[in-house]
Amino acid sequence: MATISRRTFLKAGGGVAASVVIGVPALTQAATSSAEGRVNLPYPTRAIGKAQQLQANTPVAFAYPDDTSPCVLIKMGAPVPGGVGPQRDIVAYSTLCTHMGCPVTYDAEQRLFKCPCHFSIFDPEHVGQMVSGQATENLPSIVLVYNPDDDSVNAIAVNGLIYGRQSNLL
Amino acid sequence: MATNKDRVALPPPGAQKTNLVCHFCIVGCGYHVYKWPESQEGGRAPEDNALGLDFRQQLPPLAVTLTPAMQNTITDQDGKRYNIMIVPDKQCQVNQGLSSTRGGQLARVMYSPEGVGRERLRSPRVYVGDQWVDTSWEDALALYAGVTKKILDNDGPGALAFDCFDHGGAGGGFENTWGTGKLMFSALKTPLVRIHNRPAYNSECHATREMGIGELNNSYADAELADVILAIGCNSYETQTNYFLAHWLPNLQGQTVAQRKQRFPGESVAPAKIIFVDPRRTPTIAIAEQAAGKDNVLHLDIEPGTDIALFNGLLSYVVDQGWHDEAFIAAHTRDFEQVLQANRMTLEDTSRITGVPLDKLQRAAEWAYKPKASGHRPRAMHAYEKGIIWGNDNYLIQSALVDLVLASHNVGRRGTGVVRMGGHQEGYTRPPYPGDSKIYVDQEIIQGKGMMYTAWGANPFQTTLNAEQHRTVILRRANIVREAMASARGGSTAQRVEAIYDALKHKGGLFLVNINLYPTKLAEAAHLMLPAAHPGEMNLTSMNGERRLRLSERFTDPPGSAKPDCLIAAAIANSLRQLYAAEGKQDMAARFAGFDWKSEEDAFNDGFRMAGQAGAGPIDSQGGATGNLVTYQRLRAMGNNGVQLPVKEYRDGKLIGSEMLYSDYQFDTADGKAQFKPAPWPGLPKPVAEQKQKYRFWINNGRINEVWQTLYHDQYNEFVRRRVPMAYLEINPEDAHALAIASGDVVEVYNDYGSSFALAYLEPDIKRNQTFMQFGHFNGVMGDLTTPWTDRNVVPYYKGTWADLRRIGTVEEFKRNISFKTRRFKA
Repeated sequence: MATISRRTFLKAGGGVAASVVIGVPALTQAATSSAEGRVNLPYPTRAIGKAQQLQANTPVAFAYPDDTSPCVLIKMGAPVPGGVGPQRDIVAYSTLCTHMGCPVTYDAEQRLFKCPCHFSIFDPEHVGQMVSGQATENLPSIVLVYNPDDDSVNAIAVNGLIYGRQSNLL
Repeated sequence: MATNKDRVALPPPGAQKTNLVCHFCIVGCGYHVYKWPESQEGGRAPEDNALGLDFRQQLPPLAVTLTPAMQNTITDQDGKRYNIMIVPDKQCQVNQGLSSTRGGQLARVMYSPEGVGRERLRSPRVYVGDQWVDTSWEDALALYAGVTKKILDNDGPGALAFDCFDHGGAGGGFENTWGTGKLMFSALKTPLVRIHNRPAYNSECHATREMGIGELNNSYADAELADVILAIGCNSYETQTNYFLAHWLPNLQGQTVAQRKQRFPGESVAPAKIIFVDPRRTPTIAIAEQAAGKDNVLHLDIEPGTDIALFNGLLSYVVDQGWHDEAFIAAHTRDFEQVLQANRMTLEDTSRITGVPLDKLQRAAEWAYKPKASGHRPRAMHAYEKGIIWGNDNYLIQSALVDLVLASHNVGRRGTGVVRMGGHQEGYTRPPYPGDSKIYVDQEIIQGKGMMYTAWGANPFQTTLNAEQHRTVILRRANIVREAMASARGGSTAQRVEAIYDALKHKGGLFLVNINLYPTKLAEAAHLMLPAAHPGEMNLTSMNGERRLRLSERFTDPPGSAKPDCLIAAAIANSLRQLYAAEGKQDMAARFAGFDWKSEEDAFNDGFRMAGQAGAGPIDSQGGATGNLVTYQRLRAMGNNGVQLPVKEYRDGKLIGSEMLYSDYQFDTADGKAQFKPAPWPGLPKPVAEQKQKYRFWINNGRINEVWQTLYHDQYNEFVRRRVPMAYLEINPEDAHALAIASGDVVEVYNDYGSSFALAYLEPDIKRNQTFMQFGHFNGVMGDLTTPWTDRNVVPYYKGTWADLRRIGTVEEFKRNISFKTRRFKA
C-alpha cells in the first residue's frame, strides 16, 4: 500500500465514513499489498473485547492496528457519538497523544484523557475532541463494529493519524 | 479533497528546506518548511526521507511533531503542485522542537483552493450595486488613489483615517510597517491613525518607556534563571505557549538548578516559585500547580482592576522591611522618596482593596523580595501582559509595577526583568508619527469626522472597545457611500470618485477600504478590498518577545494577485505620484517618491536598514541605528535563531546581538537614570464603576489557546471551528444554575453599551459573579460590551466591564459537538 500515491487517494475521495456505518466486520482482513481501486488502508479486523464484560468508565488496554500501537477501549455508560454496542456507548482511542506521542492517561472522574507532557486534554465522549492543549488533531479514534451474535467488539480501522507514524499501518 | 487523514506524505531527501517563524503569537517559534513536487514521496527508511527518521517502526514519544495539520498541497502560480510539510525546528532556541496548537497548523492554513484558505482574497474587489465583484489592480488603485487625492487636495490629510497593524508576524513585519508607515506618515502625512487593536496611535507601554525601561528587556533564558517568576495578568500556557513550556516549566521543575548554581556562585538556589496575579484561576495556574507543586505556586486573585493597589502595597511593605536596594536606587534612579510617598499604602488597605488575604500578600513579598538564605536578593522576573496592558489604567499600573521592580532591583540582572509577554511578534520601523497629540480615532469616526477609512490588517468590528456603536456608525456612514456608488453606473473612474466624494463631503459618508488576507467582517461595510500576503508567501522579518529577529523565507506565491502589504503601499504611493505628476504638481509628486520597490527586501533596506544612517530622515525602528548591519543574506545564515536586537556587530560571518538590556544600568532617559513614577490608587473609572453598580457579572475576557486573534484563518478551520464556533463564556456553575443556564446554552450578555451572544461554559474555577468571555470572535463580539473609557494615552480598559446574562436557548449542533468539560489540567 505504500505505493498508493497521494494523488490517487485525493482523486478518489473519502470512503472512510461509509465504511464505518456499514458494520460489516469482514472487511479486508490482512495487510495485503495495495489493491487497485482502494482509497482506504487495508486495516486488519481485530476482536478486542466482549461488550457484556466491559465495566462502565473502566478503560481496557489493547493494541491496534499492530502490537506497537497502544489503545484503550471504554464503555462510557451512556450513548456517545461514535459509540457502538447495545447501548452505543463503547468507544476506543489510541493512547498516544497526537502532539508528541506521550501516553495519555484516563481520568475516570472527569472522563478525560490527559497528556502529562504538554497538558493536552481529550474527551472520549466527544470523539476524542481536544478540550485544551497543544495538539493539532483530536485523539485518533478506533473505528469499532459490534457483532451482536457473539457480543464481540471489533476494531476495523483508525480515524486519524496515530502519533509517530507516516501511515497507521507500518 | 481527501478526508482520509491516516497517513502523510514524507519529504524526500533533497526536498527544498527553508526557515519559517510562526506568524502567530509573540514567541515566534522556529519551523522548517519542506517543499517538494507532489508526484514525489520520501520513503520510510531514515535515509529515504528528509526528516531522517525511521518510519518503518513506531517512533518513541517526543521523537517528532508531525501531524496531518503540518502538511498541505499547494500550487505555485506556474501551476505546479507541491507538497509542503512545516515542522518545528529542534535547533531553534526559542521552541526547541515544540509546536503549539496554533503554529502546528501553519501548513494547514497555507492557501489551497479547498483548504482553510479557500476564502482568501485573491484579487482586488469592489462593491458595485449590491454585490462584491473582482476587479483589476489598475482599477482598484485608480479608485483608491483618486478618492485619496480628492480628499487630500480639498480637505487635507486629517480626513484620511487609517486603522493599521504596527506589529510583526502575519499582517506585520519590518517590511510592512515601513511600507505602510512611509505611506501614511511621510507621504500622506495623516495623523488620523489608530493601531489594529486600540483606538489611537499610541504605545501600550508609555509608562515603562518614560521610566527609562523598554518593555522587552530580558531573554527567554532569564526565565530559566529566575528564583521567582511573577506572572501578572498573563495566561502564558495559552498565549505564549512555548515560552512557558520550554523556558518557564524547566525552572519550575528544578531542571535548571545546576545551570543557575554555576551561573550564580554562592547564591541559594532552589526550583523556581511562581506568583500569579490574576482575578481568574487560569489554565496556566492549574498547569503550574501540576508541574511545580501547589506549595511553589501562589495565586493572588485580586479583585478586578486593583493591580495598582497591589503593587503599591507590596512596594510599601518591601521598603518597610528594608528589602529594597538602597545602593541601586541611589546610584541609578531618581525620585524614589517622592514616589514612595505618593504610592504608600498599608498592607491592610491593600488587602481590603484587592481582596487578597494579608498572609498571602506577605508570602508573595517574602518569595519575591526577601533576601535569600545566602543573603542575596532574589532574582524576580516580572512578566506581564493584557491584564495590565488592558487593565484599569495602563499608565498607572505600569508605573506602580516598575516602581516596585526598580526599588527591588529586578532589572538589568540575569534572571530578572520587567517584561511584557506580548501578543503578536514585533516589527516596528516607521517615520515619526506626524502629530503632537493622541487622537481617539474611534470617537472621531463616531462623531462623523474622517472621510476615508483604510483598515489595514485590522478588524475593529471584532476587536475594538464600545464596538457596537462604532460598528453601527461605520455601517451607516459606509452605506451612504454605497448608495452613491450604485448611482454612478457606467461612470469613469473620475466620475465614480466625484460621486463618492460628494457622499463624503455633503452627506456624512465614509469610504472604507479593507486591506487584508480575508474579507473579514469589514466586508459588511467596505467599498474596496485589496488582497494581502502573509509569511511564506513573502519574505518577512519580525522579532519576538526577547527581541530575536529572524527572516521567514518565502517558499510559495501569494494566492491570485495578492501582494505583500509593503508593495501594496508602494503601489498606492506610486499611483498618487503619477496623478500629481500628471497635474504638474511636482512638490506633491515628490512626497510620494521613494516607493520604487520591486520586492519586500527593497522595503526592508529602505526602512529597517536606513534607521540612523547619514542622509536618511528620522526613522523610529526597533532595529535602532545598528539595523544597518542586518541584511537578508546575513539573517538567512542565522536561521531560526536569528539575532537579538539591538545588533552589536557583524563578526566572523555572524550577527552578534544583545541578550539583556540595562545590564550597564544606562537606562533610556536623558541622564541614564531610571525614573520612579507616582501611581496613587485611583479606584475604578466612572463609566466602569457605573456598569459595576448596575450589572451583576464582571465580563473578564481574553484570548484562548486554540484560537488566533479574530479567527481570520480559524473560522474556516474545522478543527478550531468545531471546538469554538461561538465566543464562549466561562461562568460559575452555581450562578449558571440560578439563571437556568447549562453548558452549551446560548446566552445574551448585555449592558449600557451593547449586547452580544456567547456560549455558556460552566467552570467551577470561575468565581461567583465573574465570567470570562472569549475576545475577538466573529460569532459573539465581546467588545460590544466594553465602555469607551481609556487612560490618559487613549489605551482602553478592555478587561473592565460588567453586564447581565440571559439564557437564549440551545443550538443543537453546538451542544452535540462540543465538550464542555474543564479546560483546567488536573492529574
